[in-house]
Amino acid sequence: MGPRESPEPAFRLREVRQERAGKFLLDGLTLDLPRGGFTALIGPSGAGKTSLLRLLNRLDDPVSGTVEFLGQAITEVPIRALRRRVGFVFQAPVMFAGTVRANLGVAQRLGDAAGPLAEREISRLLELVELDPSFADRIAADLSGGEKQRVALARALVTQPEVLLLDEPTAALDPELADRLVHMLARLRETTGLTMIVVTHRLREARVAASSIVMLEAGRVVEAGEAAQVMQAPRQERTREFLTAGEDH
Amino acid sequence: MAAHPMDIAWLDLMVAAALILVAVALSAYQRLGLEKQILLGALRATVQLIAVGYLLVWLFTTDRWWIVLAVLALMVVVATITAARRQGKTARDRVTVLPIAGFAILAGAALTLVYVTTVIVHVQPWYSPRYLIPLFGMIVANAMNAAALALERLQSEMESRRGEVEALLALGATPGQAAAEPMRKATVAAMIPAVNALAVVGIVSLPGMMTGQILAGTDPTLAVRYQLVVMFMLTAANAITAALAVALYRRTFFTPAAQLRVRVAV
Repeated sequence: MGPRESPEPAFRLREVRQERAGKFLLDGLTLDLPRGGFTALIGPSGAGKTSLLRLLNRLDDPVSGTVEFLGQAITEVPIRALRRRVGFVFQAPVMFAGTVRANLGVAQRLGDAAGPLAEREISRLLELVELDPSFADRIAADLSGGEKQRVALARALVTQPEVLLLDEPTAALDPELADRLVHMLARLRETTGLTMIVVTHRLREARVAASSIVMLEAGRVVEAGEAAQVMQAPRQERTREFLTAGEDH
Repeated sequence: MAAHPMDIAWLDLMVAAALILVAVALSAYQRLGLEKQILLGALRATVQLIAVGYLLVWLFTTDRWWIVLAVLALMVVVATITAARRQGKTARDRVTVLPIAGFAILAGAALTLVYVTTVIVHVQPWYSPRYLIPLFGMIVANAMNAAALALERLQSEMESRRGEVEALLALGATPGQAAAEPMRKATVAAMIPAVNALAVVGIVSLPGMMTGQILAGTDPTLAVRYQLVVMFMLTAANAITAALAVALYRRTFFTPAAQLRVRVAV
């Protein structure tokens, strides 16, 4: 637990329901997501992990229930400001046209800041995601999957968010690259003090980097708590089963 | 220049119909199976055009502004339904599209028509059907195609670029910023026919209106000037209709909270 940990949760969800095409994705979910720290959302596919993540910067709104961001109803926060304070990194990184510099520039231009992104800031962001500053001139579309994911991450950091949401950031990577990305995320969290909320289906990642863990299944919270406790002494039988079955991942 | 064109008598028209028989004979000889369609098509064209001819004769003699406006309105309605017919995936999509197509076509066509008939051609009286109906017909047909292309393209771009649009929203983009590239692509797609037509006219194509005027005895240089006015007019109508259709249709893809609507999900 970092020194920035505070009792006020980053997000407070109450009785949240979400549905698509008549099917419940989140089924009366109630949960506090801690501020500062690395929260891993785990659970089998179809548990509602991504559906939950998408509510936190209002890419979607729930059909019922409430979501609060830092004690304020999330719908009261101006939408563009919210999205710049709560960054989102997608499972499949989308690169915009042009160089890595241009990609970071898009995030800068969408804000209210005057002028282009300073070269020094570009180098700093690339260093944060552990890419060489020379990457600024590379064509983003030509990068490897792992590099693209890092650029997407750096791009999300341009807005100086307080929270970073990551939807299975390692899903498209081979195990070794996935490991490196997760370690990088853990270091990034340490240096920036960001609140990170990461959907993952790889338990290893949760074990390596998470300070707290939320286990979801069928749109509900099975168990939530400090990472060490959930991993080593899960209170719920269902969590225990999932963790045991997941050992082969 | 002869003021009157050579007459085509009804008997001449029947002799001309022999040309259709050439096409029918060729179709039969090559076993294309098109004979019935060609004959029926020729019959339909004859009936429709003769009917329109008499309708125009009547319109030109009635001299009532509201009848002319009613005809123009009917053109817009038919063009709107045609442009909206193949849009979207569900009946609800088509209902959404209908007023958008209608407004875009009406605005693009009406603005250009008013400009041409008041500033350039000085039509007297202002509702003179001999000018308004053929001019508006050409404009509306073009605006209809521009609207249909723009709507269709925006829909498909929004679907194929869903990830990009959402990534931009997540960075704090407004819907307009997030959809800028799909909108640009859709507008370009709608403008290309008009831009191409400008480039090749006189080389690849001799426009029907111009050849018609020349056959009817008009000084070719005047016919050319008329044709140029028409082409500028069609280009402007295309641009206005495409821009409006894209801007209005774009709004239907987002919620007030700048979220992509579910129907975009594929």
